[in-house]
Amino acid sequence: MIVRILGQAPTDTELAMYSVMWSEHCSYKSSRVHLARLPTEAPHVLVGPGENAGVIDVGDGIAVAMRIESHNHPSYIEPYQGAATGVGGILRDIFTMGARPIALMDALFFGPPDDARSRYILDGVVRGVAGYGNAVGVPTVGGQITFDSTYRSNPLVNVFCLGVLPISRLVLSSASGVGNLAVLLGSATGRDGIGGVSVLASAGFAEADAAGQSTKRPSIQISDPYEEKRLIEACLELLEAGLVVGIQDLGGAGLSCATSETAAHARLGMDVDVSRVPRREPNMSPVEVMTSESQERMLAIVTPESLAAVQEVCDRWEVAATAIGVVTEPDAAGIGRLRILDGPGGEVVADVPASSLADDAPRYERPLAPPADLVERRADDPSRLPAPSDPGGDLLELLADPAPVYRQYDHQLFLNTVIGPGEGDATVLKLAAPGLPWEGKALAMSVDGNPGWCAVDPRAGTAATVAESTLNVSCAGAIPLALVNCLNLGNPEHPEVMWQLSEAIDGMAQACEALAIPVIGGNVSLYDESGGCDIDPTPVIAVVGLLGRIVRKPPVPGWHPGDSLVVLGPPPGGLAGSRWARSVAGCAGGVLAPVDLVSHRELCRFVRELVAREAEDDDPPRLVRGLHDVADGGLGVALAECARASRTGAEVDGIADHGGLFAELPARVLVATRLPDELSRLAAGAGLGARVIGVAGGARLVVHGLVDLGLDELDTASGGIAAALEVRPLV
Amino acid sequence: MTAEIGIIRFPGSNCEWDVARALSALGASTEIIWHGADSVGDVGAVVIPGGFAHGDYLRPGAIARFSPVMRAVADFAEEGGPVLGICNGFQVLTEAGLLPGALTRNVGLRFICRTVECTVESVSSVLTGRGMRGEVLRLPINHYEGNYTCDAATLAGIEAAGQVVLRYRENPNGALHAIAGVANREGNVVGLMPHPERASDPLGVGTDGVVLFESLLVAAEEWQSAGRRSEPAEAAS
Repeated sequence: MIVRILGQAPTDTELAMYSVMWSEHCSYKSSRVHLARLPTEAPHVLVGPGENAGVIDVGDGIAVAMRIESHNHPSYIEPYQGAATGVGGILRDIFTMGARPIALMDALFFGPPDDARSRYILDGVVRGVAGYGNAVGVPTVGGQITFDSTYRSNPLVNVFCLGVLPISRLVLSSASGVGNLAVLLGSATGRDGIGGVSVLASAGFAEADAAGQSTKRPSIQISDPYEEKRLIEACLELLEAGLVVGIQDLGGAGLSCATSETAAHARLGMDVDVSRVPRREPNMSPVEVMTSESQERMLAIVTPESLAAVQEVCDRWEVAATAIGVVTEPDAAGIGRLRILDGPGGEVVADVPASSLADDAPRYERPLAPPADLVERRADDPSRLPAPSDPGGDLLELLADPAPVYRQYDHQLFLNTVIGPGEGDATVLKLAAPGLPWEGKALAMSVDGNPGWCAVDPRAGTAATVAESTLNVSCAGAIPLALVNCLNLGNPEHPEVMWQLSEAIDGMAQACEALAIPVIGGNVSLYDESGGCDIDPTPVIAVVGLLGRIVRKPPVPGWHPGDSLVVLGPPPGGLAGSRWARSVAGCAGGVLAPVDLVSHRELCRFVRELVAREAEDDDPPRLVRGLHDVADGGLGVALAECARASRTGAEVDGIADHGGLFAELPARVLVATRLPDELSRLAAGAGLGARVIGVAGGARLVVHGLVDLGLDELDTASGGIAAALEVRPLV
Repeated sequence: MTAEIGIIRFPGSNCEWDVARALSALGASTEIIWHGADSVGDVGAVVIPGGFAHGDYLRPGAIARFSPVMRAVADFAEEGGPVLGICNGFQVLTEAGLLPGALTRNVGLRFICRTVECTVESVSSVLTGRGMRGEVLRLPINHYEGNYTCDAATLAGIEAAGQVVLRYRENPNGALHAIAGVANREGNVVGLMPHPERASDPLGVGTDGVVLFESLLVAAEEWQSAGRRSEPAEAAS
């Protein structure tokens, strides 16, 4: 195929460039045909999938940019650097668009904490996120952490970033203007991360990797958050001053990607003198320079007249800036060519059509097939299991307080955090940033993924994940505006994995269409396998919503003594896919209860308006005193989390059995209210179910016939993550 | 009159905007001063904000103390001008020798971001002048190196002289005597690990930091109206 494009055999440099650019990681060659089924359009979408980040218009001339990306394999090989460079990479995707990054969130998935290697990875990843995010000066405001044996040899580290910008500053990665200069900003180029996208991100792990004897460690990049901090400030200053015509970050596939994509977007060519690229090490070959994934680098397209001014800004921020190339006319056939020269007028080591690297990667229609034992798996429903003898004990097993993780992250910088990590169903931030004063609006965001649901049914499970994320931002009173996603899956050469991919995309498309949420960006992480064993499919969904006006903190999970507890929404559904079935009872089969998406949209609207109405009221809230969505762990975990958050117990009846306690249908909201009758009446008016299940008070969580636990027991049982990280209170 | 506050920005600082936002909300005017400046101008007070000045390379504050502006900050402090270091700024001030002691890594060797309770131990400093002795403030901390330490003689000295201005009620990081903030002997230079700017908004962590910033603004106004650095004609304008 390459020979057909070039008309001759490729040089070493050309072959290396195609190798990285056509890797699964960069080209989405296995997933592209399926991704086309996702709804991506809405009037407020300014930039959809395909650019560095999705961008939406949030009114008043302000836009929000967002993206999520995986750094799974690097984090397994070298947890600290893998996670840290994941943070650095996603930040560059955001400020490349002209946006100031104001928030990071992570979805982290590890093996069980009783496994020593999983603890080591957990600790390293959390330190990496903290070490980079804190120092680079972008707060980590939320996320999710899941422990499950499917991630024992393949943890998942998905990093989400959100930035804000004046719409006038929005820039795309295009090398327009023949004669303009390609200026490399930031770090010198070293031998780290060579071929990372192909060696690491586009292949599974073998036995040696699983044993920690990895030969892949040299493909990991090394991070420098201080370099990135200066790069952010310099780039935003350059963009604000209008000194660059296009800009692109150097991530996967390094210079090969940045030069070819910027040229291809402008339908022009580019001559790059590889000898001008500043290097960390002597004797690097053009192949190494073009495929290195050294971090903290950007490629800016600059007019020759602006070069001196660009240099001045970069000098002040101590950021190296080197003109390494020039934008060229298309050739006689109208094709923009990317030429790599070794020295001025030197040997041409590569000469390829720029768009062939960026756009012409092969697209595979890989075979797909449901698992051979699908019928048996679906017949193995947890409803056939005997009732647990001690449902309270089972509930304790499902509790985990993530505070020891998020307390290592700066989650308050920029003074925007209204609801931070661990506080609510969604994170809520004021819509403001340095240079963009707060005008009264706020953003709500939630990142969610659930291997239990998606293992049982990737289609309904992904739809349920979208439903949960949407409900979370609705519980903060926000209107959901956009979604980005990261699909973490096994080896696409396995037909079962391609089936999971296809099903997950269909489920996401169904939910997004029903809930009217456009998908504005995504990332597909394939080859999440180890020793030939694929992980359970793990689509991670991030939904962002807008609150038009915020005057008081939205309600969070919790209650006050004397509050009535009401569950809004349909009956709980079955136990298939629940954490109780999967982790406690060891049953991974059954049929997942689907979320009714039509009534879910109504539930989201109802909850949003309820919260918004309370927020306008001057008096202490009576209708909604606290609320919590019911999802992972079911109503039992929701009750326990509310009890812990408010240091108050509750007395609950009307939950018939362990099914009612642990089923997870994410279409329900637990509300604490002083006005249960009015709440029920309003819900009935909206066609929604509402059931009073109990009253808050005392120091014990009592669910008649099932659970009777003291707050201290709930606290102790929630300490698993602290124990895994060996975080001890000081004495 | 309105107090003018100079906020120092090093490459790697990140709390400068937040400090400006919180001080502006109290009516101050603020000015960001680049670390390469050789003067702090006619400001009424200087704040060194949190962040990672020069990437915290070597150790926090170790390189920042050599930035040109630190000479000007030292002169300003010497003359009696109010100087406040928050978090990384506290680390810079100890490295620069403007405050006693040093900040070492937290016991437990982890970064800590959480809200803690602090007691106001002394009201004779530019940070606590408007507070009440014994008052308890809920303030966020956000650091990896906040474990205050010094030699025994220094510790006895600062305790005896009332230079310990804030103390943690529950020690989060292993600091000696649970010290959260210290002043110099004159009380015009203060450093603290908690972030008052993060406790200045009812929609956020609360407003317990306001009393500290109000104290600083009063001190800044007094310093400016005393006109020690301005000609009377200029002060009148």
